[in-house]
Amino acid sequence: MELVKPAFGLIFWMFVSFGIIFYLLKKYAWQPILKMLKEREEGIQTSLDSAKKAREEMAALQSSNERILSEAKAERDALIKEAREIKESIINEAKTKATQEAGRLMAAARENINNEKMAAITELKNQVALLSMEIAEKILKEELTSQEKQKTLIKALLEDVNLN
Amino acid sequence: MGRFLLAILTILGLSSSALKAEEKDSKEKKFNPGELIMEHIGDAHEWHLWGEGDGATAIPLPVIVYSRDRGLDVFSSVHFEHGRKTYKGYKLDHSRIVAVNEMGTIDAIDASVNPELTDGIWDISISKNVVTLLFSCLFMLWLFISVARTYVANANGAPKGKQSFVEPLITFIRDEVAKPSIGPKYEKYVPYLLTVFFFILVNNLLGLIPIFPGGTNLTGNIAITMSLALVTLIVITLTANGGYWRHIFAMPGIPVGILVILTPIEILGFLLRPFVLMIRLFANITAGHIIALSFYSLIFIFGEMNVGLGYGVSVLSIAFTVFMGFLELLVAFLQAYVFVLLTAMYFGAAIEDHHAHVTDQHQTL
Repeated sequence: MELVKPAFGLIFWMFVSFGIIFYLLKKYAWQPILKMLKEREEGIQTSLDSAKKAREEMAALQSSNERILSEAKAERDALIKEAREIKESIINEAKTKATQEAGRLMAAARENINNEKMAAITELKNQVALLSMEIAEKILKEELTSQEKQKTLIKALLEDVNLN
Repeated sequence: MGRFLLAILTILGLSSSALKAEEKDSKEKKFNPGELIMEHIGDAHEWHLWGEGDGATAIPLPVIVYSRDRGLDVFSSVHFEHGRKTYKGYKLDHSRIVAVNEMGTIDAIDASVNPELTDGIWDISISKNVVTLLFSCLFMLWLFISVARTYVANANGAPKGKQSFVEPLITFIRDEVAKPSIGPKYEKYVPYLLTVFFFILVNNLLGLIPIFPGGTNLTGNIAITMSLALVTLIVITLTANGGYWRHIFAMPGIPVGILVILTPIEILGFLLRPFVLMIRLFANITAGHIIALSFYSLIFIFGEMNVGLGYGVSVLSIAFTVFMGFLELLVAFLQAYVFVLLTAMYFGAAIEDHHAHVTDQHQTL
């Protein structure tokens, strides 16, 4: 069988050329290519690692930001609450003060009115007394214009006196 | 340079007048598919292009013969006139060079073979397979050295051009073949595995191209697969550690009585591994070529019966050959992969740390 009988010439050339291309490819192709591939893979790995690190740092930063924000919010809420309490206490105080003041004013006013009323009554009494006097005078003048009338009056008055 | 080219052309003797011959004889011959297929998958001292018999057009290739008695002879195979003539005391016998008693250019049929001299011939001619071999080697050198240049020039950049075709294969061999099969010390074997893989792949693919310089059955030639397997055997022998040899010649923990039986089997296994590598590649690639050629031969077998039938069958034949072509494309990659995978596994076995392995076994026991 010619087919399965290895030919010497071909083996010879195979060893020569395979040896040469193995040497040349190893030196000028595989070593630089494998070196570059390794470098590139390491480069990619480093970039991935640093990206991961940056992402972690970002996450840490974000969580600290959130913490600060929530703290600020809590503080703001506390401040608002405090302010509201202060406001309410001020309003209440003002209300009580105003009520008291109003009460005091009312009392003063009432006293004043009373005083004025008493003064007015006294005045009125005086006026009424004066008016009565005048009226009595006028009536007396009227009554005593004629002799007749004077006599009757005296008479009446005398009768009263007699009775007493 | 010009003189050098002239010398090559003279050796090749590429003159159309010498190539042309009468076409009368070939017309009378019956089509013989077996002969055609065997001629195609075998080696030859000329590159057959077209035509048949004496009317064939072929590129003559240089013949280099050394014999202890006659010394070194270098001449073009054109002098053999497709095997019809002897030259310098040699003639072609079914594309094999044999020594004849008569010197000078005479008719090959008249010349008597000298068996004693024939046995002492060292034929290192640049045959058809050698041309393909050299071509594929030059192609690989060009491809990978230019790719390596791109890597150096385009350091840390994204791969482009030839680089992006070659890179996945290189990383595949490194990461999927060498790393898991060999273990932590894989790096020093990667260049060899890459060279073998691309050598087989390039030549497998070249074999699928039907026109010059492709179409030769190089990776389906037993000499080539034997050389590759031998190199693998040599590398294993040179790099194997003590544990590997101990496991072959004296398996630890086995009684002497059984060792008498086991050791020959282990030695046989050691030699059988490269032998299997040789046979698998040879058989797969040769079978592919035979199938493709058989389908084409069908056309001419039927064509001889009836021209119309030949045309009819050609449709089917071409359809099948296209299908087989795709299959062979897969086989080209698969066989290159299988060859390096097994080679890597044998390397891995040869440098495996047997000490740790043995203690592991004891622990599991």
